[in-house]
Amino acid sequence: MTTVFRNYSSSEALQSDRSSGDRLRHRQKVREAIRDNIADIVAEQSIIGRSRDTIIKVPLRGIKEYRFVYGDNSGRAGQGNGDSQPGQVVGRNQQEGEGIGKAGDRPGVDYYETDVTLEELVDMMFEDLELPDLERKALRETISHSATKRKGYRKVGIHVQLDKRRTVLSRIRRKVATGAESDETAERPEAGPPEGRARFPFIQGDLRFRRRTEDVDYESNAVVLCLMDTSGSMDTMKKYLARSFFFLLYQFVRTRYQHVELVFVAHDAEAREVSEEDFFHKGESGGTLISSAYAKALEIIDQRYHPSLWNVYAFHCSDGDNMSSDNPQALKLAAELCKTCNLFGYGEIKPHGGYHESDAMISVFRDLEAENFQAVRIGDKSDIWAGFKSFLTKDKATASPTD
Amino acid sequence: MAAVWDIRDLEYWDARIREKVQEFGLTCYPQEFELCDHTQMLSLMAYSGMPSHYPHWSYGKSFERQKTLYDHGVSGLPYEMVINSDPCLAYLMRQNSLALQILTIAHVYGHNDFFANNFTFSHLHAGLVVETFKNHANRVRGYIADPSIGQEAVELVLDAAHALSLQCRRNPAIRQRSPAEQRRAALEAAGPSPDPFQSIHKRPGYEVPELSRIPLEPEEDLLAFLRDYSPKLADWQRDLLAIVHEQTQYFMPQIETKIMNEGWACYWHRTIMNSLDLPADLQMEFIIRHNQVVRPIPGDINPYHLGLKVWDDIVRRYDDPTPQEIEEFGKPDRSGRDAIFQIRDVDRDVSFLRRFLTQKLMREMDMIEVEPEGDDLVVSRISDENDWQHVKRTLLSFIGMGSTPVIRVIDADHSGNRTLLLRHEYDGRELLLDYAEKTLRFVHQLWGRRIDLQTMLDGREVCLSWDGQDFIQN
Repeated sequence: MTTVFRNYSSSEALQSDRSSGDRLRHRQKVREAIRDNIADIVAEQSIIGRSRDTIIKVPLRGIKEYRFVYGDNSGRAGQGNGDSQPGQVVGRNQQEGEGIGKAGDRPGVDYYETDVTLEELVDMMFEDLELPDLERKALRETISHSATKRKGYRKVGIHVQLDKRRTVLSRIRRKVATGAESDETAERPEAGPPEGRARFPFIQGDLRFRRRTEDVDYESNAVVLCLMDTSGSMDTMKKYLARSFFFLLYQFVRTRYQHVELVFVAHDAEAREVSEEDFFHKGESGGTLISSAYAKALEIIDQRYHPSLWNVYAFHCSDGDNMSSDNPQALKLAAELCKTCNLFGYGEIKPHGGYHESDAMISVFRDLEAENFQAVRIGDKSDIWAGFKSFLTKDKATASPTD
Repeated sequence: MAAVWDIRDLEYWDARIREKVQEFGLTCYPQEFELCDHTQMLSLMAYSGMPSHYPHWSYGKSFERQKTLYDHGVSGLPYEMVINSDPCLAYLMRQNSLALQILTIAHVYGHNDFFANNFTFSHLHAGLVVETFKNHANRVRGYIADPSIGQEAVELVLDAAHALSLQCRRNPAIRQRSPAEQRRAALEAAGPSPDPFQSIHKRPGYEVPELSRIPLEPEEDLLAFLRDYSPKLADWQRDLLAIVHEQTQYFMPQIETKIMNEGWACYWHRTIMNSLDLPADLQMEFIIRHNQVVRPIPGDINPYHLGLKVWDDIVRRYDDPTPQEIEEFGKPDRSGRDAIFQIRDVDRDVSFLRRFLTQKLMREMDMIEVEPEGDDLVVSRISDENDWQHVKRTLLSFIGMGSTPVIRVIDADHSGNRTLLLRHEYDGRELLLDYAEKTLRFVHQLWGRRIDLQTMLDGREVCLSWDGQDFIQN
């Protein structure tokens, strides 16, 4: 029997990160799993209205390693603490996600949460959307400032841009290259001034000019107009759904612009601009005149967010119980909003079931022919993500109600 | 603790330990030690200590998990890692103190001896283990690099294969009958039983056995079955199944002898260390470390603790039996040491505990059975006069492969449309439904047709089916 000892070598240790490939693949799978579950995560109340550095725990379901395992209908044996008695409670029934699990035969081991910041999550969400068309059509950047800046050199130009130093340098270069320095007259019969030293003049090709290009600063301001029906029929649940939708819209717009402002317009029979707090929490009562909100929105845009400087996104959430006499007016103003906004959306929040086609605003908006208008119906939490996606894709063919 | 030692110290102590190993009669493979740091150790843990292993994301996951636990101080790292091969490979952590290294070296020789002598390991070709794993790694990498296959496709098959890997034959020492033998056995079983009065009895009717069914006898080696009989697999897919299958066969003996093996190694490191006349400071640290390793963990089973306890008890019963034991079993016919060497050769965890875990020991260790009751875990039985056998049965049912449900292939052409019929051998423990459903999808992926799984839920026979679209339970 012999024994071999192999000593530690740090250079080998540095090279030996053999699990890196598998770790990378695992992380990719984690990311995929998060992306697959985004609809659920978005529906969780906890992320709405948080700051972007908030760390969210995302439960992962996609990357368990499934096997045939036993459930917990039977007892297990273990060691007690020395004087166990029947009936004694010795711990919690380990549910998924708790603790490290026992001895590797519990499936709970496989479940875990991962921490991501809201920022990452939002990036992932919109990465998933893959909307090249949207980028072109709906996102607009306006030129706010235009000037010129230096960018390299070129051989032609106007005289004020002549770069003397570089011109001289290029002449010297040429001179050395032709060998004129050592053998002055041999190759240059036209040269040979009386002083005895050959003249080596600047030629057109030596000249170097500074190049200037146009420098454009894009104004990337955007405003998200949140319009919400706060009439008596909008209960807390409906407001929560609306809030989720506004949150998504705001986060999305934020990923595309440096500066994003939010405007909240609440309306029942008449519209007011309100604070975020009031917007979501103050109940109103009374009838519903949707046109009032649109008029107010147009007014705000006109006064503060002119479309030539601002990218305007407007979204309106309502339960659709508009006074029928107001419908033509609302339709007219909606068409006008479509002209001023990059995107204008209407979300009808109607719990599944008690839905009547006839008195819904969404059917009125069928008549609205605009490229950048989209109406979605939201029945419950699960519709939010789907609705949001269809709002952005504006694919009229598939924009039928999402339930 | 600073590691104030160098490789010469280890060689010195190793030589002394080896003397003792020979003196005590342990018969080991040649031993190789390699020093590594904690990152390497984490990697080794993820890949079961293999110097070469095929890539799969689950190992990355395992690494991340171990690293998180380690970084947050939830769990430490093992002092060593031994792999069963000839020569036996072991890794030592270079950050550890000298006392710990000596203890670990002695411990490793215990494992080495166990690997080399226990019958459970005898069917493995220990000399080829490292090469085999390397070969597997090369094959898998080859498939990944193959432009007509690629990583995604390889991963799909490996995911499915990993899910089924433990559904294999539990005791490789029991020879599997060839199809021809199975056929013969079926024919014999169908014939009339021997009857001394056949001349006066009416001839019993002869029922023709069904010989066209595949498999003839229920088959528990799911992966091998799919590899051999699934019509939709390409050669490289079969090869991947074969690779996973072969690796499981390698790990099976270790799963099946965990308690014995750890107990054996602890028994010998303690015996060797105590015979070395260590300087006081080393001896002190050794005692502390040793007791940390073999302490009981309430609510769980610590294989080091349980194993050592049982080995100790066997030695005691042979060397120093109580009068009561002499009365019951007679005077011991050999020394405790002879007895444990023999047991080390022939037992596996289940038989080891069944034979040698006495009520007295269970009482002493306070073995309990715990059952879920609502959200709480409640002690349902303790090892008293009435219930200890019940507790022991529960314990044995989860030992080694006992924690994996037995699932057998019954018929590959069930109801004539190539539905694969599986049966869960119900022993009072139900399958976790969610996991069963997802695992059935993997079987379906490899088989290509509907999968039926018969099992029991809430005392009722049910058939779980996955036909590619829907999960049906009836």
